[in-house]
Amino acid sequence: MNAGTPSAPLDVMRLRADFPILAEKVHGRDLVFLDSAASAQKPRAVIAAMATAMERQYANVHRGLHWMSERTTEAYEGARDAVARLLNAPDRHEIIFTRNSTEAINLVAHSFGRGVLRPGQAVVISEMEHHANIVPWQMLRDAHGIELRIAPITDAGEIDMAALEALLADRKVGLVAITHMSNVLGSYTPAARLARLAHAFGAKILLDGSQAIVHRRVDVQVLDADFYVFTGHKLYGPTGIGVLWARRELLERMPPFLGGGDMISSVSFARSTWAAVPHKFEAGTPAILEAIGLAAAIAYVEAIGYEAIAAHEAALTEHALALLAKIPGLCVFGAAQDRGGVVSFTLESAHPHDVATLLDRQGIAVRAGHHCAEPLMHRLGIESTARASFALYTTQGEVDALAEGILKVREFFT
Amino acid sequence: MFEELRDLYQEVILDHGRRPRHGEKLACFDAEARGNNPLCGDRIDLTVKYGPQGEIAKVGFAARGCAISIAAADLMAETVAGLSVTAAETLSRAFQTLARTGVPPALDPPLAERLERLAPLASVHEFPSRVKCATLPWHALHAALAGNKEASSE
Ligand SMILES: Cc1ncc(COP(=O)(O)O)c(C=O)c1O
Repeated sequence: MNAGTPSAPLDVMRLRADFPILAEKVHGRDLVFLDSAASAQKPRAVIAAMATAMERQYANVHRGLHWMSERTTEAYEGARDAVARLLNAPDRHEIIFTRNSTEAINLVAHSFGRGVLRPGQAVVISEMEHHANIVPWQMLRDAHGIELRIAPITDAGEIDMAALEALLADRKVGLVAITHMSNVLGSYTPAARLARLAHAFGAKILLDGSQAIVHRRVDVQVLDADFYVFTGHKLYGPTGIGVLWARRELLERMPPFLGGGDMISSVSFARSTWAAVPHKFEAGTPAILEAIGLAAAIAYVEAIGYEAIAAHEAALTEHALALLAKIPGLCVFGAAQDRGGVVSFTLESAHPHDVATLLDRQGIAVRAGHHCAEPLMHRLGIESTARASFALYTTQGEVDALAEGILKVREFFT
Repeated sequence: MFEELRDLYQEVILDHGRRPRHGEKLACFDAEARGNNPLCGDRIDLTVKYGPQGEIAKVGFAARGCAISIAAADLMAETVAGLSVTAAETLSRAFQTLARTGVPPALDPPLAERLERLAPLASVHEFPSRVKCATLPWHALHAALAGNKEASSE
């Protein structure tokens, strides 16, 4: 759909030199890192930005009336600007830093779920959500009398739009919370259509962009989303930093999530009043260094260009699917029309964990397990899969190594 | 290329992993427990039948999991049959040490001999992420013998 038109191809070998860890050996072999969907490796620009801040320009933010604190506050708030530009958010105050996607979704479940939704209303999620976009809604359901509805997926791994529409028909749904790209099946969901549908029935929409934003440009205004979340460590940034974007009018109506320093306007023992957004939602000393690292990661990705990254990864995915299709007894899960660089598979002769261990011994890192998506595993009728995922630094040669590696695993177990 | 993996996946393990001898729940049993590894999704449903002296007469299980976990469950079922509950618990602790360190702790001769039958699993200690595959059945056995229904490898 919007996979991006092939622009100047990526010079992958040059880019790989930006990621020091890719030169490491594992079990005496070149590292073939095909687990970026779990967490991506970091370019030198990110490492340097964080180290430089610690070495040259660091203090707490929003507090000190001194040079170091003012400069650090500028850098931290500069990261907010960088995220606002990345998402094309209309207002930089709509960017809230969290620890990760999980915390961002919990923030919405708490503050929007309890503060704005009313008991008797419903939240819709899909069958292919990460636990991060399931459990907070179950907690809301149990604590606040919100019904939880599950939108089914088709066998291809796409949202069943007709079934979703049926779930919205009684207009009880206050929020549709759906992944923008499945971390298991690789499916991109039609985010703009989902938003239109949700809005038509009076619901807001939250998109879990943890995977999606790594591979494609996201424009929250074009999507017409209400909430968008992502996590820094998958976008080549550090751990410990995530993002919630939400429309300002929603943030204004939502009560705070955590209480403490930085989020207040005044405190007395009788009562406290809240700071303006975004600070109302950023209690305590934030992840300052991590925000600076995330800004560096965004700058890095933008300099390469999403269009080139998307084209590169689309080619890798196509190549991988073609190679894997030739391996007898191998089953790939997910056949969405619009898919990104995540390929889950099982092998007839070996359990995914055994596959992962044998691939690891060849230097190839894949993930095996339920990928924090147990309900999806149920839907697929399996317990676990092995998963290879691709990043901007992945090469065709590594995909070839994966296919050859799987053939060796097959031999070993038959 | 997989030479070093031949330690982890010895013929015995591959064989028991493929064709477990005790891989069915007992139709008639006295104790049962479920073992869960929530991180990887491995699961074992274990049933135990006691003999006239209260010893473990038979163990049968239904499991889903990797070759290591199925083989570990099957070898466990084989080695604990005929043991008193106390002896089985001693063997269980010894096996867990073996799986974590690769070194078999000293045991009295009859038990030492049984531990030796489990030696093919000793090399899991070199694969930290796989140790739990081998120990989960033993956690489940412990739960069953203690009269609990659930065990977790966490
Ligand atoms: C689709 C999706 N949602 C949410 C998450 C949670 O991200 P985090 O663990 O950084 O909060 C992940 C990754 O683990 C994911 O792939």
